[in-house]
Parts: sequence; C-alpha cells; structure tokens
Amino acid sequence: MESTIEINQLFYQYEKELVLENVSLSVPKGAFLAIVGPNGSGKSTLLKLILGLLRMQTGQIYLFGQEIHKFKDWQKIGYVSQKANSFNTGFPATVFEVVASGLTKKLGMFTFFKKEHAEKVLTALDAVGMRPFKDRNIGELSGGQQQRIFIARALISEPELLILDEPTVGVDAGNVNAFYQMLSSLNKEHGITLLLVTHDIGTISDRVTQVACLNKQLHFHGDVEEFQQLQREDVSKVYGHEIHLLHHNHEHGGVLN
Amino acid sequence: MISGIFQYEFLQNAFLTGILIGILAPLLGVFIVVRRLSLIADALSHVTLAGIAASLLLEKSFASLAGLNPLYLGMVFSVSGSLFIEKLRGVYKHYQELAIPIILSTGIGLGVIFISLANGFNTDLFSYLFGSVSAVSRTDLWVILAISVLVILTIILLYKELFLLSFDEEFAKASGLAAKSLHFIFIVMVALVIAASMRIVGIMLVSSLMTLPVAASIRVAKGFKQTIFLSVLFGEISVLGGLFAAYYLDLAPGGTIVMLSVFILVLAIFYRKIRAGKGIQEVQKGERK
Repeated sequence: MESTIEINQLFYQYEKELVLENVSLSVPKGAFLAIVGPNGSGKSTLLKLILGLLRMQTGQIYLFGQEIHKFKDWQKIGYVSQKANSFNTGFPATVFEVVASGLTKKLGMFTFFKKEHAEKVLTALDAVGMRPFKDRNIGELSGGQQQRIFIARALISEPELLILDEPTVGVDAGNVNAFYQMLSSLNKEHGITLLLVTHDIGTISDRVTQVACLNKQLHFHGDVEEFQQLQREDVSKVYGHEIHLLHHNHEHGGVLN
Repeated sequence: MISGIFQYEFLQNAFLTGILIGILAPLLGVFIVVRRLSLIADALSHVTLAGIAASLLLEKSFASLAGLNPLYLGMVFSVSGSLFIEKLRGVYKHYQELAIPIILSTGIGLGVIFISLANGFNTDLFSYLFGSVSAVSRTDLWVILAISVLVILTIILLYKELFLLSFDEEFAKASGLAAKSLHFIFIVMVALVIAASMRIVGIMLVSSLMTLPVAASIRVAKGFKQTIFLSVLFGEISVLGGLFAAYYLDLAPGGTIVMLSVFILVLAIFYRKIRAGKGIQEVQKGERK
C-alpha cells in the first residue's frame, strides 16, 4: 500500500538526551493512526520532525514518497496543534476569519480573499459541524468547539494528511466520543489520512484503525483490535513473552496502567 | 478654529498629521496588542528620544547641521532599536520580554547622555517629550504622509499573513510562512510609526495611542476586521477631539488626546458590562418563562 509517511531509523537528541531511538514507522494512505505514549516519550518531537519544525539529525523521513528535505507540497499536510500552546483565547477574531486564515499559504502573498474562498470556509465548517458558529468570536467557544474550528482551518487547504497533537485536550469527556466520530467521518468520507498523538490512552477510541506506542522507541504498531486485545490480556494478567516485554516497557513509562 | 485651519499653515499641518497618526498608530496597535507586545512601543519611543537628543546635539555642535529635522535621526534610532529587540528576542528565547527593558533603558541612558552633552533641556526637546502640534512642519507632514502610504499598503497586501502570524505563530510556521521576514517588516513599520507619532502626542505618550484605542475596541468588537476598524475610529476620535479640545480649552494636545482615549476605553468597558448584564437578565427571563 502507498505510504503517506515513511520513517526509517530515526534518532533525535536534545543536547545530551536521546528522545527518539531507532524509530521506524509507516503510515499507509487512508489510515487513522493514533500514536500513544507518556509525557516525554518523544511524541511531540516526532510530530515536529514530520512537520519540518525541527531539523532532522539521523534517519530518514519520506512524505508522500519524497524525502523531507526536498518536500515542498506542505499544503498537502494539515496540522492541528495543541491549542493551549499557541493560541490566545482573547484574540478578537471570528470563527470565519480563523478558518479562512488556513488558506493563507495556499493563496500566496499579495492576494486577497474572494467569494469562492468564503464558500470553502463554509464547506470546511460543515465538515466539522460548526457552520452555525461562523460569526462568533473564537474565544467564546468551548475547548472542544475551538478544536473543531482548528480542524476546519486545517481542512480548508484540502490536505491529504491531517496531523493532530493531543486533539482531545480541552474537549470535555462527554464530547470526546462525538469528536472521534467527526474525525472518523473525515477519514472515511473525505479519505483524509489522520495521524493523532495523545498521552491519554483512555481517549483512544475504537474509531482509530491503527495504534502505535512510542516511548523513545516504537514498542507496538498494529491494528486497533490487536492493541485492544493486548490491553485486555494485560488486565487479566495473561502475558505471552513478547507481550510481557511490551507491558514491562510501558509500565515503566506509565501508559498502560 | 475651522476658519483657522484654512488660514494658518501650522494648523493644517497639525490636523492633517493628526488624522494620519490617528489611523496609523491604532492600525499597527491592533497587531501589537494581540501579539502581547504592547511594551515594545514604549521601548521604541524611548529609543526615538535618544535619536532626537542626538540630532539636537549634532545641530548644536555643528553649524552646518543646523535645521536638521530630528525626525530623521529619531527614525534611524527607532528602526535600529527594533532590530536589536528582534535580535535579543532570539538570544533570550525563554525570556523574550527581557528585550524590551534592555532596549528601553539603553534608549533612556543614551538620551540622557546626549541631553547632558547638549547642556541640558531646552524647549525643543520638551516639545518632543510631550508633543507640540504647533511645531509640525510641512516637511514633517510629507514624511508622515509617505510613511502612512507605505504602512497602509503593506498592511493591506500582507493582511492575511500578518493575521495568521499574530493569531497562531506555530501554525503559521508549520504552514511554511516566512515568519521571520514578516516579523521584521512588521517591527520596522512599528518603529517608523512611533517616530512619526511623536510630534503629535510626544514620546512619553506614543504607546498610549497604539494601545488604548485597541484596548477599547477589543471590548466591543466582533472579529478582527471590526477590531481594526473600531480601533482606528476610536484613535481618530481621540486625536481630532483632543486637538479641538486642546485648542479651545488651551490644554496640552498630547495629554488631551490620551485622556480622551482613556475616556473612550472606560466607556467601552462599561458598555460591555451593561451588555453582559442585559444578557444575563434575558437568560433569567427566558428561564422563568
């Protein structure tokens, strides 16, 4: 199957601390992959490397079959960051303006928004079920609603791959399921490959198709059913040798308990 | 006064410059405030003071430089100061706000030295500190007009990019925007506008014209474009109202302009409170039904 992201033997270190160790991972086209790992497991570093926000040290990353250094089609990749990090909730912008800003790079410098772009904004808002909120100020929305808006902003440039960093942080527990349902429909109906990162294993829903467990090294990568099976066996304390190893590693990092 | 405007050139200069500054300062101010950089305006205005003091000193020391417009050297200092701030923000990645007091104190330090070398204060310098509309020359007006055209055109052409950079720098970078260059262009514009504004409101009060109208506007506006529009409107009301009031009541124009923008800010805060209060009442009424 064609790979959207292909990572080979990736290492990364900050100063003297190794945060990624021999990570190889392939994200097939059309997948809905969740990367789970505890805080400090290198998840965010991995995302930043994929997005080109950090310079690569050792290893290879291919995006859509092209080496990351040569990759230019950044509008194929949508990114939804952990909103708490990068967004001022008092910012005086409407939902409409925020979503439209997702077109900035695609349109290029010295160009203006036109009518057809307004249509695109509405389509993107429809995809996340937020059209009725278009004229509200972004700060007036709840955490989960804001997260949907940021997804719409990423969708407007019609990406083939959507990368989400801890998307359920700030989404209240009751809405997490609906949130995953929306992601799932983006994946199934719009055919967008999804890659999301979370430290909270409890939020992984069975709507994702694949799971990868990262704690400096990649400990598991497979279908969600297989992962859930492992989780159950862990709870019932039935370990095979390999599973035992997996459990041990993760217990160390505090993921599975 | 209206008839005076047609009669006296100095009144024309003051009003036209005031109108331009009333647009420019709040226009850039919106971007400064939402990026939480309000104090940058203060730091740069003090650097501008150093430039003006240097210019006055040069004028005094070299007869050939008499008549040198202090606006030019003020701009040179302000723009250099802005570039240093950018550099320092890179050096102190985790203490980015440190750049502001460093540049601010350097500005004051240099300014004070230049002033002492020029044998102390004179009325000319005083007029730069607190603004002196009667001192606005035709040349000042032309320079400020040129800056206005440049700044307004740049903001219109780079509106999308500046909006995204202000709203979410990380996303802007991830989508491949040239964040560094944009930031550079932006801060140079801020430096130019600060240098240009000092004739009207004075160095001590420049930052207020960049922040107070915006502070009022974000209390009441919906969306970013409306925030810009209202900021400019409030800024314009403050400048023109302040100039009129100062003329008729014989007050210091800089101070009057600033106090008028404080007044508008207070009104905006109360307006928001009243509106929020009404909203709660309506909800309560709805619940009773």
